[in-house]
Amino acid sequence: MIAGTARLPDHPERLWPNPEPKRSYDVVIVGAGGHGLATAYHLAKEQGVRDVAVLEKGWLAGGNMARNTTIIRSNYLWDESARIYEHALELWEGLEEDLGYPILFSQRGVLNLAHSLQDVREGVRRVNANRLNGVDAEWLDPAGVKEVCPIIDVSADVRHPVLGATFQPRAGIAKHDYVAWGYARAAAATGVDLIQDCEVTGFLRDGDRITGVRTARGDIAAGRVGLAAAGHTSVLADTLGLRLPLQSHPLQALVSELLEPVHPTVVMSNAVHVYVSQAHKGELVLGAGIDSYNGYGQRGSFHVIERQMAAALELFPVFAGAHVLRTWAGVVDVSPDASPILGRTPFTGLYVNCGWGTGGFKATPAVGRCFAHTIAHDEPHPLNAPFGLERFFTGALVDEHGAAAVAH
Amino acid sequence: MMLIPCPYCGPREETEFHYGGQAHVAHPADPAALSDTEWGHYLFFRANPKGRFAERWRHSVGCGRWFNAIRDTATHELVRVYEMGEPEPVIE
Repeated sequence: MIAGTARLPDHPERLWPNPEPKRSYDVVIVGAGGHGLATAYHLAKEQGVRDVAVLEKGWLAGGNMARNTTIIRSNYLWDESARIYEHALELWEGLEEDLGYPILFSQRGVLNLAHSLQDVREGVRRVNANRLNGVDAEWLDPAGVKEVCPIIDVSADVRHPVLGATFQPRAGIAKHDYVAWGYARAAAATGVDLIQDCEVTGFLRDGDRITGVRTARGDIAAGRVGLAAAGHTSVLADTLGLRLPLQSHPLQALVSELLEPVHPTVVMSNAVHVYVSQAHKGELVLGAGIDSYNGYGQRGSFHVIERQMAAALELFPVFAGAHVLRTWAGVVDVSPDASPILGRTPFTGLYVNCGWGTGGFKATPAVGRCFAHTIAHDEPHPLNAPFGLERFFTGALVDEHGAAAVAH
Repeated sequence: MMLIPCPYCGPREETEFHYGGQAHVAHPADPAALSDTEWGHYLFFRANPKGRFAERWRHSVGCGRWFNAIRDTATHELVRVYEMGEPEPVIE
């Protein structure tokens, strides 16, 4: 054990079985990321649906779940978003007990920085909106920011001076792999089949009813099918001729080498497109904005991380000596209003959970509960009712572009 | 970093360009005749293929002109660039 770092908990000898797929299930979930696993868990636990398979083209939680920056917060502007993300945060607060598995949820708070008068006004507005929705939020002046995070440069003579920040103390980070493994273990314990190396390539259908999926390991019949395939949802929907209002983009992040604990909270900045926390082992985890172009390549452009690092260095001069350990990109599906699409489709028995863009991780427990409800009852849970596909025809958009620290 | 062959200036680094999304999305000929569903599709729904995609780019800090490109969204290969107003080329 290195001084100053926390020892990670040991894993049990066996996490979950690795079964052969059966030829038929009541429910098939496509995608064994956090959302798919949480949905399977809640189908079994709350909806009494235990004949469930989660199909994964690669290995369990090896897609965006392995590629995110693990930030958890609920300080969204609009009522619809605040409700679902705050419900997720409440579930995060009890998740370790619920799953019986460590997830290292660390409520170290999040600062969303303001660098212009307009940022300040928007930040104060968001704090007020959050409080009206029962979300913990406060407005901090630069001295208050410095108190929460002493390594931030709050001097006035920099290119993007810190004029203040919103602060959500209950926000934080969790260890993403452990979250996935906790859900997988708990779901498998209820009888859910977790099938890896089983890419879904299309659907079985009877008219407008979906009756199963085509996979790399043969056809699998299903009473209902839920898509939780993140950036690749369009690819699957295309096989049905089902168009979704999604554009897939690379979203990059990087980690530094291991450092002593220097960064006590999470810092995000809309204006300079960087968000930073320090992982439990000691790496600085830095997220960037999405690359502008559509892309499925799981890598992005170097100039994006160059700008992101320049922004980080201006805010945190103490990072100047840190070395980059690795960079990567996830493929995120961005919707026109920067809010998720979670609900029914024009096909009977097919449900989508997509469009989370850059922010799906924090919603994981709420997605599990709401998507399981939607699939089991063939109607949305009240929390995800505003996030149906129909909003793109009624105009009832939930415009949350301002609530993410990412250009998208 | 992609090297994008501007049809007017030649190959330049990606940072010189602005991305314009899907190409060949025509404005409705008779907007007043569209249903809410048709409007929703026109405004919000774009193709999102994993593979070849006809899209628009602008050489913002070069000649400033818009052009179309066929790019593979999985490999980043720029298969063809062509002028605005030209029909989408059939390749292979």
